[in-house]
Amino acid sequence: MQESLSAPIATVPAREASRLRVQSPFARTMRRLLHNRSAQVGLVIISLLVLVAIFADVIAPYAYDQQIRQSGLRRRSPPCIHLLGCDRDKPQLLMGLDGNFRDLFSRVVYGSRLSLQIGFLTTGAAILIGTLLGAAAGYAGGWADNIIMRAMDVLLAFPSLLLAIAIVSVLGPGLINTLLAVAIVSIPIYARVVRSSVLSVKEMDYIAASRALGASPLRILFVRILPNSLTPVIVVGTLGIATAILDAAGLSFLGLGAQPPTPEWGLMLGEERNSVFNAPHLVFFPGIAIMITVLGFNLLGDGLRDALDPRRKA
Amino acid sequence: MARFLVRRLLLLLPVMLGILLVTFVLVRLIPGDPCKSMLGERATEEKCDAFRERFGLNDPIPVQFVRYAGNVLQGDFGVSIKNGRPVTDVLAERLPMTMELTFFAMLFASVFGIALGVISAVRHNTAVDVGAMIFANVGVSMPVFWLGLMLAYVFALALKGTPLQLPPSGRLTAGTDLPSLLKVWGMEDAQGLQRFMVLLISNSVLLNSLIQGKFNVFIDALRHLILPAVAVGTISLAIIARMTRGAMLDALTQDYVRVARAKGLTERMVILKHTLRNALVPIVTIIGLQIGGLLSGAVLTETVFSLPGVGTQIVDAITARDYPVVQAFTVLIAVIFVVVNLIVDVSYAYLNPRIRVS
Repeated sequence: MQESLSAPIATVPAREASRLRVQSPFARTMRRLLHNRSAQVGLVIISLLVLVAIFADVIAPYAYDQQIRQSGLRRRSPPCIHLLGCDRDKPQLLMGLDGNFRDLFSRVVYGSRLSLQIGFLTTGAAILIGTLLGAAAGYAGGWADNIIMRAMDVLLAFPSLLLAIAIVSVLGPGLINTLLAVAIVSIPIYARVVRSSVLSVKEMDYIAASRALGASPLRILFVRILPNSLTPVIVVGTLGIATAILDAAGLSFLGLGAQPPTPEWGLMLGEERNSVFNAPHLVFFPGIAIMITVLGFNLLGDGLRDALDPRRKA
Repeated sequence: MARFLVRRLLLLLPVMLGILLVTFVLVRLIPGDPCKSMLGERATEEKCDAFRERFGLNDPIPVQFVRYAGNVLQGDFGVSIKNGRPVTDVLAERLPMTMELTFFAMLFASVFGIALGVISAVRHNTAVDVGAMIFANVGVSMPVFWLGLMLAYVFALALKGTPLQLPPSGRLTAGTDLPSLLKVWGMEDAQGLQRFMVLLISNSVLLNSLIQGKFNVFIDALRHLILPAVAVGTISLAIIARMTRGAMLDALTQDYVRVARAKGLTERMVILKHTLRNALVPIVTIIGLQIGGLLSGAVLTETVFSLPGVGTQIVDAITARDYPVVQAFTVLIAVIFVVVNLIVDVSYAYLNPRIRVS
């Protein structure tokens, strides 16, 4: 009996065996992720954006607040690209001039820094607080769970952008307050995700084993449960970065967020929204920049969800 | 079903209380003396004392909260600091615009979103499907206000002179006259709820013009709504299209679809009667979930198209530090949002009996 069982295993060809070798979940996920079309496109977009943000000083021909005053250059001049036959005597302006004689291209390039920071900072803060709240609720259960989750329900009762607007109206307009507001309104999403994840992990056998071995509740929560509950947060967080960037841009567009002369894409749009008919380039390019950035995070988030979902095929 | 409904309604109470608490706390959190922030920096000490006495700011906080909650439940949101008008009047003036916009955006998003999703699923893995999904991905990534500006540029300037030209701003063409229903019905001295309801209907330009039989005004109002509604609805359209496609693809693999085909039904019948009908449950849910996004989008888009709705009013009120107005609009939108979510939950339970048990 013993022999007949072990025989087939021994005859597995070497090549086959190497394929059967246990792959770590991380490696498996990464492989799936890199084979996912959405994730590929998303990763390329985000990598390019990060590069643009890092090398903004090198890429941007002018400083973001530098005024270019020259004869023949009017306020809100359209783009002038030498390769496309623009007069070589004029300075090259890839996206034209804005209402304050500033090079729009340079401002859009510098804006990538701000938008990425906004996305990562607000989402990071929201995940941190949301995870702690959700973990506490899910692990403790009982009245703590009830209080925390009902509070989260109330926050979710407001459309997120409107709550953010209300918070900013209290704190006063400004970039920092906008970041705070956008972070606060996204906390409940992460709290919910982490709580439900903790609830399912909590029932696993290895947690019972840990408890039997005498591990302290805090150790069980932070070392055993949380690291195994964070997978869904990665997906929701990636998509959350996209939403955070959009919401912050919206607040800045309304004049409640970043203040001039900050090169924030939403603010740039808001400042020039009345010139859409005579200088459409001033509205077009910052919007495209927001769209591409948000698209990158959305695609990566979709790809991550597919790669991390064990029910889907690689 | 009745028990489910009662339980769901009871669950609503703590959330409503929470909404009141949050809006109450938000206004109390404003840094500085409420008197100074309400009456201005130069308010004298005497005026401030009178102000605190009048608004009960000397009472303990819990007492203040109970009074605030009681007032709101009676539909009293106080008066606007900016112009002394009752906030309820401002609500009745601005809310219909936003409701019209949200409604048409939702209609646009649902009709075209479901159509696009169904076509994508039926033509799974063809160029049509790929194209539609690329559009959906781009659609969810666009800032609403930017899309609005671009639409305004295309349809008001680039297409000027063609039949496709559409007005880029305002509620009605300048000079269009539409008297208030309060006047038309001779109800200028109506009070309370009656006045509020008449104002609501009257300020909905679409309803008002229909009631008064002014069809040219109605058409004009509709034309002014097209671009904003498309701008607000596009993100939701993309989300609904993706959801519909997924639900349809799931449903298409079910046995009852094979049975329907086997018994010789036309493909059209199979898709519309058997597959779509069964895929509708998740689609209805996702449509309901869009309401928050649509309301937020409406707030941003009103600014772009200079529409006199809640959004432009909130922004004005924030700039003027007109807190009662900000407070009232926040409460109202949250309540609308919660009630719509309730309706979605209930209809979901109605469509899918398994939900009611759990």
